[in-house]
Amino acid sequence: MTGPSRIAGGGEPLPFTFAGRRLIGQKGDSIASALLANGIVTVGRSFKYRRPRGILSAGEDEPNAIVDVVLNGVRVPNVRATTQGLEAGMAISPVLGRGAALLTQALSPFIASGFYYKTFLWPHWGLFEPAIRRMAGLGRVDPDSRMVAEPGGNLAADLCVVGGGRSGLLAATKAATSGQRVLLVEQRAELGGSSLWRDGGDSVDLVAAARDAGVTIWTGATAFGAYENGRLGIHRQGAGLADGGSLWAVQAGQVVLATGALERPLLFERNDLPGVMLADAALHYLRRRGVLCGARPVIATNNDSVYPVALVLAKAGAVVTLVDSRAASERSADAAAKGIRVLTGARVARALGRGRVSGVMLTDGTGIDADLLAVSGGWTPTLHLYCQAGGKAVWDDERAILVPAFPVPGISLAGRAAGNWFAPDALPWVWSAAPEIPVAGKSRKTWIDLQNDVTLGDVQLAAQENFTSVEHLKRYTTLGMATDQGKTANLLGAAAMAQATGRSATDLGLTTYRPPYTPVPMAALQGLSRGPLQSPLRRLAAEPAHREMGAALWDYGGLLRPAFYGKDEASIATECLAARQGAVVFDASSLGKVAVMGPKARELLDFLFTGRMSTLQPGRIRYGLTLNEAGVVTDDGVVLCLGPDHFLVSCSSSHVGGFVASAEEWRQTRFGRDGVFIHDRTAHWATMSLSGPKSKPLLAGLGIVETLDDAAFPHMSFVMGRFMGGEARVSRVSFTGERGYEISVPAGLAIPLWQALIGAGAKPCGIEALGVLRAEKGFIYVGQDTDGETMPQDLGFDAPRLKRREGFVGDRALQLPVAGDADRKQLVGLARADGGVIPAGAHLIEGAPRRSIGFVTSSHHSPTLRRGIALALVEGGRARIGQEVTWFDLGQTGRATVTAACAYDPEGSRLNV
Amino acid sequence: MTRDQTGPGPMTCPFCGPRDASEFRYGGDPSVARPGPGCSDADWAAYLYLRDSPRGPAREYRVHAQGCGQWLVAERDTVTHLVGTITEATP
Repeated sequence: MTGPSRIAGGGEPLPFTFAGRRLIGQKGDSIASALLANGIVTVGRSFKYRRPRGILSAGEDEPNAIVDVVLNGVRVPNVRATTQGLEAGMAISPVLGRGAALLTQALSPFIASGFYYKTFLWPHWGLFEPAIRRMAGLGRVDPDSRMVAEPGGNLAADLCVVGGGRSGLLAATKAATSGQRVLLVEQRAELGGSSLWRDGGDSVDLVAAARDAGVTIWTGATAFGAYENGRLGIHRQGAGLADGGSLWAVQAGQVVLATGALERPLLFERNDLPGVMLADAALHYLRRRGVLCGARPVIATNNDSVYPVALVLAKAGAVVTLVDSRAASERSADAAAKGIRVLTGARVARALGRGRVSGVMLTDGTGIDADLLAVSGGWTPTLHLYCQAGGKAVWDDERAILVPAFPVPGISLAGRAAGNWFAPDALPWVWSAAPEIPVAGKSRKTWIDLQNDVTLGDVQLAAQENFTSVEHLKRYTTLGMATDQGKTANLLGAAAMAQATGRSATDLGLTTYRPPYTPVPMAALQGLSRGPLQSPLRRLAAEPAHREMGAALWDYGGLLRPAFYGKDEASIATECLAARQGAVVFDASSLGKVAVMGPKARELLDFLFTGRMSTLQPGRIRYGLTLNEAGVVTDDGVVLCLGPDHFLVSCSSSHVGGFVASAEEWRQTRFGRDGVFIHDRTAHWATMSLSGPKSKPLLAGLGIVETLDDAAFPHMSFVMGRFMGGEARVSRVSFTGERGYEISVPAGLAIPLWQALIGAGAKPCGIEALGVLRAEKGFIYVGQDTDGETMPQDLGFDAPRLKRREGFVGDRALQLPVAGDADRKQLVGLARADGGVIPAGAHLIEGAPRRSIGFVTSSHHSPTLRRGIALALVEGGRARIGQEVTWFDLGQTGRATVTAACAYDPEGSRLNV
Repeated sequence: MTRDQTGPGPMTCPFCGPRDASEFRYGGDPSVARPGPGCSDADWAAYLYLRDSPRGPAREYRVHAQGCGQWLVAERDTVTHLVGTITEATP
C-alpha cells in the first residue's frame, strides 16, 4: 500500500465527511490527521493556478489545508485543518480552488507577478474586479451562520510565558516558585510542545511541577499580538468549532517567549505536489496520531534535525531513504549503521508524480520511488511577538537562524525561540542550515508561498522589475500575505531575493511582523458586543407608562424614546395640533441636568457659553450656545441659576456626555479643581414638559407650585414646588413656541408625574411631533441643523461676534476673517408655492455648471400651517430671503422661496397665551 | 543597539494607582498655550491646528476616562510607548 495510513489507533471513532465522502476519524484527531488516516493526500487546489495541494505541516504554519466546515448548521470558513480538532458530524470541504477554474495551470506562464495590474489595466481595473473577486478569495461566508463567543477581559500577571513546551514550563515554574503570579499560554490543547513527539526530554513531570508551583495555565490559547505598554493580546479557543472563544488583554511585568521554531521547506521543482510534507510534521502525525504518512518516504534535508525522524519512521515499518545535501558525517554514518539508506551530497531536483508524490528525482538524475517526500530546510525561531514589541529579527549566518538584533525591555526568549536546541545524543547536532536557492530547474515550478501561489520565478521577476526590497517584494507578488502570513515562505522569499540581487540575506532583512500571529475569529473580536449588548439602550424611567399609552418606542441616539402615541405616524399631526390648541406633555427626562457649583461656577460658565451667565439671578433661566475653539456651535441649552454659586445646565439629550467632558477639561486644565465642581444629575431627575395654550390651568389644578402668576413666574424663570412629598422644580421654557412648563421631580416619581399630567387632561406628545413643532418655530437641533462650520452668527445670533466679549471658548475664532464672510452658510426657512414638502437633505443649486449653495437640514409637513416647512443652511441665506431657489434631490428638482427660519408666531406672542 | 529603559507596565494614575492603559484617553499636548485675546489670526490658527509630532520623549494630556475622570499629564516615549511619571494636570 502507498500513502498515509493509520497504524496505531483505537480512539473513539468520529464520523465526518470530506468533499461529500463519508469517513471515520478518531477522538484526538485534528482534521488534518483524520484526513491522512483515511489516506487522503490532496486537500484542495491552489489559490491562483488551481494546482492540487496536500497537507504540508502539523501546526499553525499550514499554507494548504484550509477548509470550510459545517457543524450543527454553523458554517465556519477558512479553518486550518492542522490545528482544528475533529468533531463528530463535521462536513468538511476544501476552500482553495473554489469557483470557475478560469486560470488553469495551462495559463500559468501568463499569470506572473503583477499580472492583474498589468493585464486588467484598460479601460479600467474596476471593470474586471467583480469577476476576479468572485473567482479569488477563500472560504465562503454564510451570512446566516453565527458563531458564539465568550466574555474575555483583562488580566494582570508578573510574568506571562508564551509557549507550554519544556522551556516555557521550566521558566514558568521557576518564577512561580519565587512567588510571582505567572500565566502560561499554550496554543495547542496539550502542554509539552514538541516534546510530545520528539525525543530529548519528557514534559510530564514539568507539567506537574508547574501546576504545583501555582502557574495559571491556559491551553488552547494563542498570544497573537504584542501591543503598547507590554500588553499581550490573547485568544482563548472556544469549546468547539462554532465557539469563537474569548479575547484577553494580558498586562504582564515580564514576558518570556518560549514559542519554539518552525521548520522551513526545501526549494525544488514541483515542491507543491501533494505528498511533500515537512519532516517534523511526518513525525508529529506518527507519534501523536498513529498515522504513518508514507510507507516509502524520502526524507530530504540540509540539517541534522531529520535524522531522529528517519529512525522513528523506519522503526514504524517505513522504508526510508535520507537525502542529505551535505557531506557524509558521523551522524549520517550512524544512521546508515542503523539501517537507513543515506545519500549524502545529494539534492532533490524535482518531485515526481501525477497529482501526488510517486517518486523523487535527484540533481544527479537518480530516481527514487517514494510515496512521501519529507523535507527540512532548517528552522526559523518564532520571534513574531518580540518583533511586534519593537524588536528586529536578523539572520545569524553561523547558526542559520533568525536571532534578535537587540533586547526589548520586558521580553526574554527561551528554548528553541532563543536558538537553543540541545543535542538529543552525543553526536554533533546542526539543526539548521541556510536556504539553498536552486539555480537550475524551472523556477516557475518551484514554489515559495504555497497559499498565495508565489514561485521562485515570481521573485526573480520582481527582482528584474526592480521591486527588490522585501516590502516591495511582498506587495508586488503577495508573498506572505495569505492567512498563514508566510510562516513557511517569508524567509525563503527574502533569501531568493537576496540571491537574485546579489545581496546577502542579512542585508535584505524581513518584512514587518504584525499581529495577529494566527487568525483570530471575528466572533472573538466582537465578543459579547452584539445585538442588544453592542450598544445597550438607555431607557426612560417612565417607559412602562409610555408603553401603556401605545407609544411607538424608537432608538434616538442610543436612547429609547416615544416617537409618537398610536398605531401609526398619523398620530404625529394630531399631537402637533394638540400642542398648538390644547396642552401636551412630552417626556424630556433625558435633557441634561448638569450641576456647576462653587465660588468659581460663574467664571467657568462665562467661559463655557457665548452669553454671559454670571449676571443670572437665582430663579432665572438663560439660553446659550457652546462653541469649540474654532468657533463652531457644539450645543445649545439653558442655564438655571439655583443659588448664588449653584447652576444647572440643561443641554441637549445627546450632548450631555460631550458637555460634561468639555467642561471638565476646561475646569481641570484652566480653572483648577478648587472652587468649582461639576456633577451630572441627568439621571437623577425625571422631567415632563407641559406645553400648549391650556397648560397653565392644567398645571394649576395639580397644585405642584403655589402660584403660576405670570408676573411672579415669567417665561425663562423657575420656581420650586412639591410633588407627592418630593421636591419639584417647575421651569418656564418652551421648545414648541407655546406657553411651556418643564416639571422636574426625582426619577422615582416619573410615572406618577406623567400619570398626573395625563389625568389632568394633557395629551401625550412624542419626539416626532416635537421635531415638527420646533421646526415651525425655527428652533435648531445642533448637529442636524448645523454642521462642522456653523458659527453663532450663521444661526442669527450675532451678539457673540459683534459684541466682542472676550473670555469664552471660541471667542477669538469669531473674529477671524472667515467668520465675517458674506457667503457663509446661514440658517433660513424654505417654502414651496404649492405647499409641498421638500425632501430633507436636498441640495440647493444654482449656476452653470450647477453647484450646491446649501442643503435642507429639516423638512416636515406642518399640520398647523397646512403646508411644508423646511430649515436649510444656505450661502448668504439671509440676504436671499424673498428670493426663489432651486432644490435638487436624487435627480428631482423644484423651486422654493427663501424665508426666515421661523415660520410660526415670529413675535413669540404664543409664549404667554 | 540597545533600548534598555524601565520595563513596560500599566499606567499609574496618581489618584487610582496602576490601571490598564486602555482606561486613559489621549487629551492633547499640554504645552500648547491658549493665546490671549489680542493675538493675531495666525497665532490663533496655530493654536487650533499646528501640533508637534515628537519622536521620543513627550508629554501629553491623558484623561482617566474610565476611572476617576481626572486630567493628567503623562510622560511617554512615542517610540517605545513606555510611560514614565503621570501627574495631575493643573492650570
